[in-house]
Amino acid sequence: MHIIPLDHETDFHGWRKAARALALNDVKPSDVSWTIAGNAPELFAPTALPLEPPHGTFNVSSRFVELAKIAILHRNPQRFALLYRLLWRLRSNHDLLDIATDPDVAEIAAMAKAVRRDEHKMHAFVRFREIGREHKSHYVAWFEPEHHIVELAAPFFARRFADMPWSILTPDLCAHWDGHAVSITPGVAKSEAPTADRLEETWRSYYASIFNPARLKVKAMRNEMPKKYWRNLPEASLIKPLIEGAARSTSAMITNAATEPHKAQKRLDLSKGNDEGNDMPPKHDGDDIETLREEAADCRACPLYKDATQTVFGEGPPTARIMLVGEQPGDKEDLAGKPFVGPAGQMLDRALQEAGIDRRTVYVTNAVKHFKFVPRGKIRLHQKPNTAEIRACRPWYVRELTAIKPELVVAMGATAAQSVLGKITPINKNRGSLIHLDDGTRALVTVHPSYLLRLPDAEAKAHEYERFVQDLRIAADLLRKSADAA
Amino acid sequence: MDVQRKLEILADAAKYDASCASSGTEKRDSSDGKGLGSTAPGMGICHSYAPDGRCISLLKVLLTNACNYDCLYCVNRTSSNVPRARFTVDEVVQLTIDFYRRNYIEGLFLSSGIIRSADYTMEQVVSVARKLREEHRFRGYIHLKTIPEADDALIAEAGKYADRLSINIEMPEENSLAKFAPEKDVRAIRRTMGRLRLKLDETKENVRTATKTKPPRFAPAGQSTQMIIGADAASDKTILDTSANLYGSYRLKRVYYSAFSPIPDASRALPLVSPPLIREHRLYQADWLMRFYGFDADEIVDETKGMLSLDIDPKLAWALRHRDRFPLDVATASREDLLRVPGFGTKAVDRIIATRRLTSIRVADLARLHIPQKKALPFIVLSDHRPSLHLLDGAGLAERFKPKATQLGFGF
Repeated sequence: MHIIPLDHETDFHGWRKAARALALNDVKPSDVSWTIAGNAPELFAPTALPLEPPHGTFNVSSRFVELAKIAILHRNPQRFALLYRLLWRLRSNHDLLDIATDPDVAEIAAMAKAVRRDEHKMHAFVRFREIGREHKSHYVAWFEPEHHIVELAAPFFARRFADMPWSILTPDLCAHWDGHAVSITPGVAKSEAPTADRLEETWRSYYASIFNPARLKVKAMRNEMPKKYWRNLPEASLIKPLIEGAARSTSAMITNAATEPHKAQKRLDLSKGNDEGNDMPPKHDGDDIETLREEAADCRACPLYKDATQTVFGEGPPTARIMLVGEQPGDKEDLAGKPFVGPAGQMLDRALQEAGIDRRTVYVTNAVKHFKFVPRGKIRLHQKPNTAEIRACRPWYVRELTAIKPELVVAMGATAAQSVLGKITPINKNRGSLIHLDDGTRALVTVHPSYLLRLPDAEAKAHEYERFVQDLRIAADLLRKSADAA
Repeated sequence: MDVQRKLEILADAAKYDASCASSGTEKRDSSDGKGLGSTAPGMGICHSYAPDGRCISLLKVLLTNACNYDCLYCVNRTSSNVPRARFTVDEVVQLTIDFYRRNYIEGLFLSSGIIRSADYTMEQVVSVARKLREEHRFRGYIHLKTIPEADDALIAEAGKYADRLSINIEMPEENSLAKFAPEKDVRAIRRTMGRLRLKLDETKENVRTATKTKPPRFAPAGQSTQMIIGADAASDKTILDTSANLYGSYRLKRVYYSAFSPIPDASRALPLVSPPLIREHRLYQADWLMRFYGFDADEIVDETKGMLSLDIDPKLAWALRHRDRFPLDVATASREDLLRVPGFGTKAVDRIIATRRLTSIRVADLARLHIPQKKALPFIVLSDHRPSLHLLDGAGLAERFKPKATQLGFGF
């Protein structure tokens, strides 16, 4: 039997050095006993066997080293032996740590988890008390960790409270920060720690006020804030009285429920009469674009408004000579409330420019003015509007058309063509020629720019884009001719 | 009125808002010695827990509980007879710093009743954050409640200082919002969420493509919202559909469900009963299934009922409705399928996948994987276990999982 004395409770280096020597000497885990120097030896201590000086070396994964560094902070006295047993077994089974069902692996993982949890709780439940005031103040806390975590947890406080001197006192070790470095000193008694802070009453009244007595869930609280931490939390003394008073204050809320409205309400009602407070928004029949836009914002002609963010109405100068009609707003347009601002919009901008049309001079709108989609996790999948939705939205297009009175309407895509021409109209058959509408307006049918975006093949994309620009050039030519004629 | 009395009023007024997390932001600390505070990017730190089981992570207060609006469900509505108070900007700043230095909190969650105008209110809220960041070099967490319809410049400034912005959708359905909160406009709320998402997307894009200059920061912990459950008649199906829509449309980090609880001086139009805490819990579980387990909103709730079961959790309820997909062989099933087994959490599934390459998994191993046997065994095949199909198809299976009738009460 080998007795290995370690320097202190968290002596990872000592453990590592000894473990390496033991393993290289082929000492079985059952033949090793680990102790802490200074702790009284067992009454019938097994005799210590000398180790051969180790020769050779071996590697373990850094994952094991990291795990061991944390697990060794656990208070369980068996941890050194367990770690050595794992090390021993890892030499013949490199994948051992991946076997979550192995009892040794499960146990070490549970230990590491308990240490991490204790560290997290220390970050959470340390309560500093201020000693001295203002510029000379020093912040001191008393904490009783479950495991040997003071050195593990201290850097967190150094990063967080870098501009103030603090000390965390515990029965094991104390950590201090002077603004430059963390220093560690031996543990002290609780009586060394300050017992009060000027803010504590304020903190306790916050704790009491943020608690909702109607939703008592004591078990949930105790799972996250186990009782062992309570004695050092200033707010914990309120827990019992708050629970005891909860039923009373809740039933008081319920029985005293309805009172007469406060007089402020009446005052406000009076003040409301002049400009707000009409339930019905004014209906405008005037057909200037701004009025139409306001009216369309409340449109509920089809169910698409429900899931969409907002109505995306047309945009552009009221004197525009070309009106571009797309299919429906997409994701970006729905969020921004403007037509053609997403990827298809950028494609359109580029094509317009190449065709010699300034986007700022045209009126751009969509046949359907709410985004239609189905949510799929974090994205919204675009859905094609159906005929009922196109029909429901068509009055807006008609009123826009009447307000703008463009010389030419360019319908981009099948949905737009259906709305502009009032019937289902195949694109390819009608593309590239001017169609005379009943009201004297001319229409031009082409593809929707998002069609170009969807083409997977680069060559086809370039070709189709060129055709799209060609179609827009027809519009540009028409404008030029009519300008010349004027 | 002294600060402590104001704190009592303005914390009490804020306690009905469920959102409190301090997670998911960028990594910051003050180790340069020039400021105060740090953030824990992975998970936030809960510094305390109230007996309602909710964590206290942030100083959650209202700047003022005076409000022009008269939302029925809200304790701060203009017609309520609660005492009113208003913090000055400096008071909130000082309280935040004082509490933070004592390690009581991770930062500030500031909301406000709407006074004067949306812009005025938002400006006040933003000025607290500005002062904390610029004058006190505060690097802790800040969550600001956005006032819908506030000016774009104010929203941009809020995002510059805050880690998270939120705006409450309040009710699962538009018509109930119209009924309960006549001054609130769901369209305005959604427009603001849309603007926030565009800004968040834009910032992310800028960070990705940034060369030399750092782009201005904007709410690195994203946006969240809250829905009140049980004040109106909306079904769980409606609630989850609304959540799925909000997650998809605005990339919210969280939707918080807040069981409507009685408020002092409540309106007669509200159900003044104990808050439906179990229902709230089930909705959180269902929400979890959507975000981490690959479930779609429309498969979680039994279509015919429209409500989640209160007796059993939504994943178990789903499995009981889809028994034809079980039993599942743990040795060979896909990750997606494993995630649908009752009792299997995401971590357990990861461990199973790593372990099964090397060794077979047996019944006795479930405990080491932190999987409850009773819940999982009827649905899985292990190397030493095969559930009887009689059990899986039998009517008694669902009964096994129903909780025993217990006396109401709380262990203490």
